[in-house]
Amino acid sequence: MSTQGEGRQKISPMAVWLPLFLFGVFFALVIYGLASPASRDVESAMIGKPLPEFALRPAIADRPGLSSSDLSIGEPRLLNIFASWCIPCAIEAPQLETLNAQGIEVVGIAIRDRPDDVAAFLARNGNPFSRIGADDVSAVQLGIGSSGVPETFVIDGNGIILYQHIGVIRREDLPLIMDKLAEAAR
Amino acid sequence: MIAEIGLAALWLAAALAALQLIAGSLSLTGKAESLTGTVRPVAIVQGALALLAFAALIALFARTDLSVKLVAMNSHSAKPLIFKIAAAWGNHEGSMLLWVTVMGLAGAFVAQFERRLPEKTMLATLAGQAFVSLGFYAFLLISSNPFERLNPPAGEGNGLNPLLQDIGLAFHPPTLYLGYVGLSVAFSFAIGALLTRQVGPAFAKAMRPWVLGAWIFLTLGITAGSYWAYYELGWGGWWFWDPVENASLMPWLAATALLHSVSVLASRDALRIWTVMLGVVAFSMSMVGTFLVRSGILTSVHAFAVDPERGSFILVLLAIYIGGALTLFGLRAATVSEGKQFALVSREGALVFNNVMLTAILGIVLFGTLYPLVTEVFDTKVSVGPPYFNPVGAVFFVPMVLILMVGPLLRWRKDSFARIAKVLILPVILMLGAVAVVLGIAEYRGIDGALPFVGIVLAAGLAIASLLPLRERNLLRTPLTTWGMVLAHLGVAVALFGMAVESAYKVEKLVAARVGETTSVGPWKVELRGIEPVPGPNWTAIEADLLASYKGGATSAVKPQSRSFWTPPQMTTESALLTRWNGQLYAVIGDEAQDGRWQLRLWWKPFVTLIWFGGIMIALGGLLSLIGRVAADIRRGVARGRIADRHESRAQ
Repeated sequence: MSTQGEGRQKISPMAVWLPLFLFGVFFALVIYGLASPASRDVESAMIGKPLPEFALRPAIADRPGLSSSDLSIGEPRLLNIFASWCIPCAIEAPQLETLNAQGIEVVGIAIRDRPDDVAAFLARNGNPFSRIGADDVSAVQLGIGSSGVPETFVIDGNGIILYQHIGVIRREDLPLIMDKLAEAAR
Repeated sequence: MIAEIGLAALWLAAALAALQLIAGSLSLTGKAESLTGTVRPVAIVQGALALLAFAALIALFARTDLSVKLVAMNSHSAKPLIFKIAAAWGNHEGSMLLWVTVMGLAGAFVAQFERRLPEKTMLATLAGQAFVSLGFYAFLLISSNPFERLNPPAGEGNGLNPLLQDIGLAFHPPTLYLGYVGLSVAFSFAIGALLTRQVGPAFAKAMRPWVLGAWIFLTLGITAGSYWAYYELGWGGWWFWDPVENASLMPWLAATALLHSVSVLASRDALRIWTVMLGVVAFSMSMVGTFLVRSGILTSVHAFAVDPERGSFILVLLAIYIGGALTLFGLRAATVSEGKQFALVSREGALVFNNVMLTAILGIVLFGTLYPLVTEVFDTKVSVGPPYFNPVGAVFFVPMVLILMVGPLLRWRKDSFARIAKVLILPVILMLGAVAVVLGIAEYRGIDGALPFVGIVLAAGLAIASLLPLRERNLLRTPLTTWGMVLAHLGVAVALFGMAVESAYKVEKLVAARVGETTSVGPWKVELRGIEPVPGPNWTAIEADLLASYKGGATSAVKPQSRSFWTPPQMTTESALLTRWNGQLYAVIGDEAQDGRWQLRLWWKPFVTLIWFGGIMIALGGLLSLIGRVAADIRRGVARGRIADRHESRAQ
């Protein structure tokens, strides 16, 4: 402790500049942080990798179920993870309709759901899906690196995951999704 | 019209702040003696104008004037009046206006009442205060005008973040702001003292009530914020080491250190440089915290309107104030003598030791908070959490608590441990007893698992040790400041006990329950009686009707909700709490599973309420000290006035 000793000591000339030096380091760090705003979303570790093997039973009577082989037939697909009990899923429904109307094939996985509830949800919010698989224990959801609903994946013609969209697809997200689908078609 | 009055008042206040800065600085050089007399009145009028601007904003929100952009963005005509008013500061622009208002009022108060310091130091202090205010006025007027009109007016408002629609939270930000502003006054005093080389007991006495007041508000703010996160987020935790929480903790740590060192300076004329540096650091930490929260440079669970541009503005202010202050510190500190000396074993020694520990913890928190930024430089993303903060912080926290038991018993200047050893027998026995109890009922769970038990033992020792300064004293004659210290230190023990017991003995249970089923969690039996929809003013909820009984005793209803707000659409969980003297039952309702069962999350949290109870005790201890100090100051002021009168009458 520098305070012990004889007479009126003065502090060392180096030490008094230490706070300013530390502040300089902090300043440089945040300037760097602000200058390179990285995306902070947690991305699926599955991006660029093929889908795991799965085969899900149909979630409703009038659409077939979904298996991994349906997603590697040469055409890109939009895979939407949803649930009838998920309120934000209803908010993104019009955007899925829009994508479907532009000729994009949308397939779905209903998470922990009942056929009646899914049917009622689709009757209320529209049904853009060509196939809907039922994932009763979230096994497939976790397998493809999704942790919540809604989430949407762009899958290319070879069954490779190209892009993961976490959360609701808002109107302003549509161009990005379209770009990713175009990239998948190449 | 109200908006225009508010804007005009804001511009005028900014102009007066500029005048205060110029007049204060010029009179320091000794070239413009004529301006000297203007500084104090200008500071007072500036505070009044800022208050007028803030009152105008409150009025606009109370009337839901949708032709004002800020109101349309953040309020809604259907909201209860109290939340309309709270919405005035529940956003970026309004909170900045609140900041300058409180700062203006604090400046006015200092200008009106502070007469102990040499006039030059006072002018430098007020100029410093104006300098800091001016940056925030510029921020408001240039990039975030709260009074901007909307043409045409909006049809309806955009609502307020439903998470924030909570009475506790309505008052949480202002509480923290009062703390930050108090620290800004301390900062201005430090600058004034450095500029005029008047770092001594008089400076410390003038600064102390502001530090104490700021510290009380920061303590309350953190306590309330922690409780809010606990019951509103529905995750069952009371501290997440989240950047926003750390942002509020760092100024508190610095203020705690400052509070103790300013007391040493005031009564012993020691620790001059250390006190000045902490004065600068404490305010720096509140600015750094504000910057980290507002800039969005770090991700956080707390919903905050993030805007990189505003972040840059705060960063510029930060660079000017803190960079400038630390440069001034570097230039002047070497010429300020350390003050009176003292032995290692003395009350000063203990205070210095704990100040170093507090500063080390502050460094650890700051480093952990910024670490994700550091690693981003090397292109890896990490998140830093309890596995870092808890054990590393404990390295410094444990010795600090041990010294905290001893420090208040030591004499100033020079003492020996032998003198107080006899007194310390009681806490030591209690701690050994706690060790025995803890070892008897706990299985070993590694270093991390051991920490809560260390906490229990320390809390037991500190609880007794904190009362020891009252021994052999006439309790009625004991000064209020001593009572304050005892209460605050006891509060630390109480809060620590709550944290440690909760961490060591909480029971958590996640079940999918059918209506009619009963679950047990710890000593509780909880029955799910039904699920009901409940309408609210701007939300609808699904409510679980639970019946809980403690060890088979009387039953009470517990009703957790899952709320859906519609403006803007958002889901929140409303946890339900059942409080007993020895803990809380915490219930959250989750989603409905496919077969008619409902997810229920239940916790039994023994003694968890002591965490916040302890926090309130700490703040109350601060309040007692503050009352004691201010009362003494007033008594002394009155006495001095009488002496002056007598001198005057004798001279006539």
